[in-house]
Parts: sequence; structure tokens; C-alpha cells
Amino acid sequence: MIRIVLPQHLRILAGVGREIQLDVRGVVTPASILDAIEARYPMLRGTIRDHVTLRRRPLVRFFVTQEDWSNEPTDTPLPEDVASGKEPFFIIGAIAGG
Amino acid sequence: MSSVRVLVGTRKGAFILSSDGKRQKWEVSGPHFAGWEIFHMKGSASEPNHIYASQTSGWFGQIIQRSDDGGKTWHQPGTPAGQELKSPEGFPMGESNKFVYDTSDQTGRPLTTHQWYDGTQHPWEFKRVWHLEPSLSDPMTVFAGVEDAAMFKTTDGGKTWNELAGLRQAHGDKWMPGAGGMGLHTILLDPTDPQRMYIAISAAGAFRTDDGGKLWKPINKGLKSNYIPNPEAEVGHCVHRIALHRDKPQVLYMQKHWDVMRSDNAGESWHEVSGNLPSDFGFPIDVHAHEPQTVYVVPIKSDSEHYPPEGKLRVYRSRTGGNEWEPLTNGLPQKDCYVNILRDAMAVDSMDDCGIYFGTTGGQVYASADGGDHWNPIVRDLPAVLSVEVQTLK
Repeated sequence: MIRIVLPQHLRILAGVGREIQLDVRGVVTPASILDAIEARYPMLRGTIRDHVTLRRRPLVRFFVTQEDWSNEPTDTPLPEDVASGKEPFFIIGAIAGG
Repeated sequence: MSSVRVLVGTRKGAFILSSDGKRQKWEVSGPHFAGWEIFHMKGSASEPNHIYASQTSGWFGQIIQRSDDGGKTWHQPGTPAGQELKSPEGFPMGESNKFVYDTSDQTGRPLTTHQWYDGTQHPWEFKRVWHLEPSLSDPMTVFAGVEDAAMFKTTDGGKTWNELAGLRQAHGDKWMPGAGGMGLHTILLDPTDPQRMYIAISAAGAFRTDDGGKLWKPINKGLKSNYIPNPEAEVGHCVHRIALHRDKPQVLYMQKHWDVMRSDNAGESWHEVSGNLPSDFGFPIDVHAHEPQTVYVVPIKSDSEHYPPEGKLRVYRSRTGGNEWEPLTNGLPQKDCYVNILRDAMAVDSMDDCGIYFGTTGGQVYASADGGDHWNPIVRDLPAVLSVEVQTLK
């Protein structure tokens, strides 16, 4: 099971707690995690990445084992610690604005 | 006895203010969708407990919410209220927030471009829903005015949205964003002709369709905007708001960037009715529920100083369809008031003694239960108010 931490506003939309756990088929990448999130929680479609282009929304960031993965190609395999469920995949709202 | 429900969208959530027909004591519910910008909420005229809300965020984009019980509970359309979401079967489509410009061959509308601030052409990019206008007869049909300016329609209660792409063909290449973005902020449905609609865009102008939204024509003749290269251009005017009265839908009132305007022929031509207003800049404009000639505006000092002239918050009322205006001040702050009133933040109820409501960027929502003669704040300390709508409930 892959562990995913969502930002507060998306937790409320999805009706879940801070962390969710999902099965991800195949190679675990940011894209495959987002696919699994959107399949399980369709109300989150369009909130993390664009419906059509599938580009990450500008003020949403991805963090993995304390590293910023936001600008990595989304088909890049994630570290084994995430794939094994030891560490969560963080989706956060960027600290921006006032 | 009738009652009133005021739907307030703010920078940080939605609030619902309820009162009986006397409109003296109010209950405040909210914040709903705390932390999100609620650009607009509006209830269906045919099924008042169906309320639609535009929930938006610079981080997480656009969400459409619907309540089927008068605002007590909400759900994203496609996700019925209270539905258990843990089953892998029967998930909603999750497309209630999918606003994609129509580029299909069937409608023959390639994604066009509009004018950018530097004069170059720029492709349409969806940002948010500014205004939701439910059909007058079908609670599942709603029109959405969006930024970048376009009109979308749902016929399934907000689950899916399709663009009325003909609007972008009305000289869309000459439209340009205003300071607040290129938003389609006003949608008026003609109560006597379901095929006729009016919309307004900043900064493109006003447009009308007579065939339910397939074809649109600019209706800006008579507008004069000295801040654009051709002050009398067919499009490019910064229209802030339009209003009509249901008994005389061919008469339109407009608050423009500067100038208060009137049309007596469904927008074919306009003439200025600013008259004795202390400033003809402002955002909202509305019409009394029972008096088609009685119009309300809130003058704002200027486009660079978005607050009332002299620090005095005054609603101005004309009982003559414009030109002759009287200040309404009883109960409104008459010194040191520097709030703004945004374009979608004024509404009227349809009680026998018409109620007028408006919200401010300072978080106050003011109400008058006597057509504007006396005002009281319903609430004083909400987040900045973006929109106000009123439902008169039987």
C-alpha cells in the first residue's frame, strides 16, 4: 500500500483524514499515484493536476523523503521507501500568498 | 409567512443569512467551505432548495458545489449528499469541476485567442467560475460565466459542463482582460423569452443571444470608454454589471467602469443616465423588485481609489430610471468608510416591501427592508464579500 498525505482542503473534499493508503499498480511513480488517487477519489480530479493536460497545478507541490519532486518527470519511479509504504508521498499546497 | 435567505460568497467561505419576512432578526450559518473563495452562490428559481456554489482556490482550482436542502448540506454534483464513498462501485464521474473550452469538430470552434495586455494574442485559459445562473424553469440547468470569459451550461445539475462556444466568435480576438481578469460576470435570463440571454464581460462589453446561446452579438452601441483606443468600439468596454426588471426585460441598466447607462431596446443602443451621481464609477447595479424604474447603484470614487467618495457609504436610488438620483444614508457609515462593493454583491428580494442587500470588502452585509430608506448590518465581520444573492421563500 502506498501512503499519501493530502493537504487539508483536499482532505475535506475527499472526506478523509491526513493520510490515505492506496494500491498502485505497476511501477510506482507520481503519475501512477495520481491516477490511483483520482480513481478512488474522483472529486479530487482537477484539484492536483489539470483535467486535460495532466500538468501539476502551479501551487501544488510533491515531496518525497524530504526532497522536492514537483518538477521531476511524473513517470519517474519513486524511491523504494515510498513504493514499499515505509514513507509517504506528500502532496502539499505551496506556501504562497499572504 | 414568507422568509428570506441571503447567500453570501466571501474570500474565505460561504455564509447563509436567514430571516423571517420582517427581516429584522437574522441567523448566520457558516462558514461553508472554509478557506476557499466563494465567488458566487445562487439558488434555483423553480426549486429554491437547489443552490449552486462556485468554490475556487489559487491552489486547487475550481470546484462546483450543490445543495439540495437549502444550504444545510453540500456535495459536488455527481456525489449525492451523504453517499458512502468507500465502495469501488458507482463512483461519480468527478467532472463537476471540468470546464474545458469546446474545440470539437462538431461545433467547429477551435480554441481561439484573445488580446493580451501587451497587444499580442493569447489562448483562452480557464481560471474560475465567476457567476452561476440557474435556469428559470429547470433546477438542473445552470449557466456558468467563467474566466477566461466564456459561458458554460449544465443540464444535469452540475455534473458535466459544456461551453456555448459561439460566444467566443463574437470578436473574441479583440477582448482583453480587465485588472481583475477577463471574467464573464453577468448573466441575465429574459423571463419572457427563454432563448434570449444577456451577458457581460470585463473588458469586452455586453452581448446578447436570441437563440439560446448559439449565436451572440455585441450590444455596446452608445457606450463610450475614453480609456480604450477607439472609445466607441464595438467591443472592448469594461462593463461592470447589467440589471433588468422581469416585467420590462427589454430595459437594461448598466454600471460601466465609468458611466451608468440605460438601454430601452434590449441593448441595441445605450444612453447615459449618470445624472447627479457624485461619481459614476462603481460596480453593482440592481432594480427594485416591483418598480421597474427604481434603480440602485453604489458610487465609488474612482478606478484607482476603490472606496466611496468622501468616506461616506451611500447607496443611490433613482425612481425615474436614471438621471435623477437620491442618496440613501440612513444606517450606513457616513465617515471614515473605505470599503468597496463588488459587482455581484448587491441583490433584492421580492417581498411586498422590497428588500435591498449588499456586501462590502470590509465584511459587512447591509440590508434594507424598505426599499433603501433604512439600513442595518446583518453581519459586520465576515471576510471580504464577493457576492450576495437573495432568495424569497414562500
